[in-house]
Amino acid sequence: MKNSLKFRVGFPLLIVAIVIPMIFPFIWMFMSAFKTQVDIISWPPKFLFSPTLVNFNKVFNEQNFLLYLKNSIIVGVAAVFVSLLLGLPAAYSIARFKQKRLSMMILVARLMPGISFLMPWYIVFSRLGLMDSYTALILSHILIALPVVVWIMSSYFESVPMEMEESAMVDGATQQRAFVSIILPLSVPGIVTATTLSFIFSWNNFMFSQVLSMEKTRTLPIAVYNFMSYAEVDWGGVMAATVAIMTPAIILTMVFQKYVVKGLTMGAVKG
Amino acid sequence: MIKSGFFERNLKYLFPLPALLFVLLLMVFPVLYTLFVSFTDWTLTSGRPMKFAGLGSYLKIMGEPRFLDAVGRTFYFTIGAVLAEAVLGTTIALVLNREFRGKNTLKFILLLPLVATPVAVGIVFNLFYDPTIGFLNYILSVLGLPQSGWVTASSTVLPSLMLVDIWQWTPMISLIVLAGLAGLSNEPYESAKVDGATSVQTFVHITLPMVMPTILTAIILRAVDALKTYDIIYAMTGGGPGYSSETLNILAYKFSFEYFNMGQASSILVFLFFIVLLFSIGVTKIRKLFEL
Repeated sequence: MKNSLKFRVGFPLLIVAIVIPMIFPFIWMFMSAFKTQVDIISWPPKFLFSPTLVNFNKVFNEQNFLLYLKNSIIVGVAAVFVSLLLGLPAAYSIARFKQKRLSMMILVARLMPGISFLMPWYIVFSRLGLMDSYTALILSHILIALPVVVWIMSSYFESVPMEMEESAMVDGATQQRAFVSIILPLSVPGIVTATTLSFIFSWNNFMFSQVLSMEKTRTLPIAVYNFMSYAEVDWGGVMAATVAIMTPAIILTMVFQKYVVKGLTMGAVKG
Repeated sequence: MIKSGFFERNLKYLFPLPALLFVLLLMVFPVLYTLFVSFTDWTLTSGRPMKFAGLGSYLKIMGEPRFLDAVGRTFYFTIGAVLAEAVLGTTIALVLNREFRGKNTLKFILLLPLVATPVAVGIVFNLFYDPTIGFLNYILSVLGLPQSGWVTASSTVLPSLMLVDIWQWTPMISLIVLAGLAGLSNEPYESAKVDGATSVQTFVHITLPMVMPTILTAIILRAVDALKTYDIIYAMTGGGPGYSSETLNILAYKFSFEYFNMGQASSILVFLFFIVLLFSIGVTKIRKLFEL
C-alpha cells in the first residue's frame, strides 16, 4: 500500500498543502522587508522586484532598534538566569520529594491572566520609582521564565534515576552536593530545553513590557508595535522591524530544534 | 548518613524556598491585592481614596453591555479557534506519523509559527488582510470571489483573528499528538492486522482512543492560552473596529491602563480567572474519563 501510485503522488501533495500555508507568511514578510513602498502597494502583489535595504536602514539607523534589541537581550538573559537559579532546586525538590502541591502552584501560575498581577505591580513600581527600570522588567519576566523552568526540569529530574545521587551519598557526599556535582551535569539537555524555551517566551512577551517599560528600557515587541502604530503606511519599514524581531528566535529554534520540540510537548504526552 | 546537617535534613523545604518566596511576593500577593481591589470602587483618576464597595464593581460590570459582549466573544474565539486547531492539528499529525525524507525539516517548519513573536505575527497578518493592498483580497479577486474587509469590518474581525490563532497554534497540537503517537505500543496494531481490521477500523478503535488523552491535554493547554489571547488582538485591532473584537483580557487591559478604573478591571480579571480555572478543571475531569 505504501508504494501504490496514489500514495506516491498523494503524500507529497499533502505535505506541500501543509507546508505552504505554514511558511508563506514568513516568506511574504521577508520579501516585503526588502521591497520599496511602491513595490509593496502595487496591485497585483509583486513576487519579482529589485531588493532594497532602505527599510533596514530606517529601522536600525533612524529608529533606535539597536537599543531595543539590547534591552530585549538584557531582560531575557537576566530573567532566564535568575529563573534557573530559583527554579532548578525547586524542580529537583518537586521531582524527588513528590511535592504535588508545589507543582500545582506552578500550574495555577500558568492559568493566571497576566494583568491580574500587572495592575498591582504598576501601582507599586510607580510608587518605588521603578517604572522604566530594568529591575521591574526583569522581575516581571522571571514570572514568565520560572514556571517554564520548573515545569520542564521537574519532569526531567524525574527521568534521572535516583541511584545517581544515592551512590554519591554512600561515598559521603551530601544530597545538595550530589545535586550540584552529579545531577546538574547529567541534566544539561533538560537545562538547554528550559533555557531556550523560557528565553523565547521572554523575548516574545508584549504585555508586561507594554506596561512597565518606556523609552529607556523598551523591548523589541513594544518597539515594533509602536513603529507600526505611527508609521501605519510604511509597510516596508514595519516588515523590516518584524524581521529583526523574529530572526533571533528562528535562529535559536534552528540550532536547538530537538530541545524546543521536547520542551513544547513535554508534560502533555506523559500526562 | 545518620548525622546529617540541618541543611540536608530540610532540603525538601530549603530547595524550593527561594522560588516560593519569589512567587509569593510577585504573584500571590499581587493577585490577592487584585481580588481585594475588585471589592472596592477604586479609580486612579478620581483621586478619591479606595472605598469598600462589596459586590458593587461586579454588579456594575455585569450590567455593562461591553462586558457581556466580551464574555461571549472570549468563548466564541476560544471554542472556534481551539476546535479548528484540534481537528487540523491531529490530522496533520496523523499524516506526518511515518518516516519520510525531510521529516526533520518539516518539523522545523512546524516550529516556526510557535516561536514567532505574536505581536509581529499580528502585524504581518495585518498586511495580508489589508483591504486594498493585501494578499488575501488579491487571491479572492483572482478566484472571482467578493473581497472582504477582514479585520477592518466588525462582521469579519473575529473569524479573521481566529484564523491567525489557528495559523500560529495548530502546529503545537500537531507536535504534541505526534509525540503521543510515537509513544504508542505496536502490539494492538499487530493483533488488529491478524484479525484483518481495515485501516479505518484500526484508526477508530485503536489509534484514536489511545491518543485521546494526549489530544485533550493539548486542548487544555491551548484553550487556557486562547481564553487569555491578548497580543495578536491588541496589535491587530486594539479591540476594534468599535468594540467588536474586545475579549475579556483586552477589556481588562483597557479598564486598568486606559480608564484606570481599577475596581471594575479587577472584577473582570477575577471573573476571567474563574473561567480559566473552571475550564481546566472540567477538561481534566473529561480526560480522566478517557483514561478509565
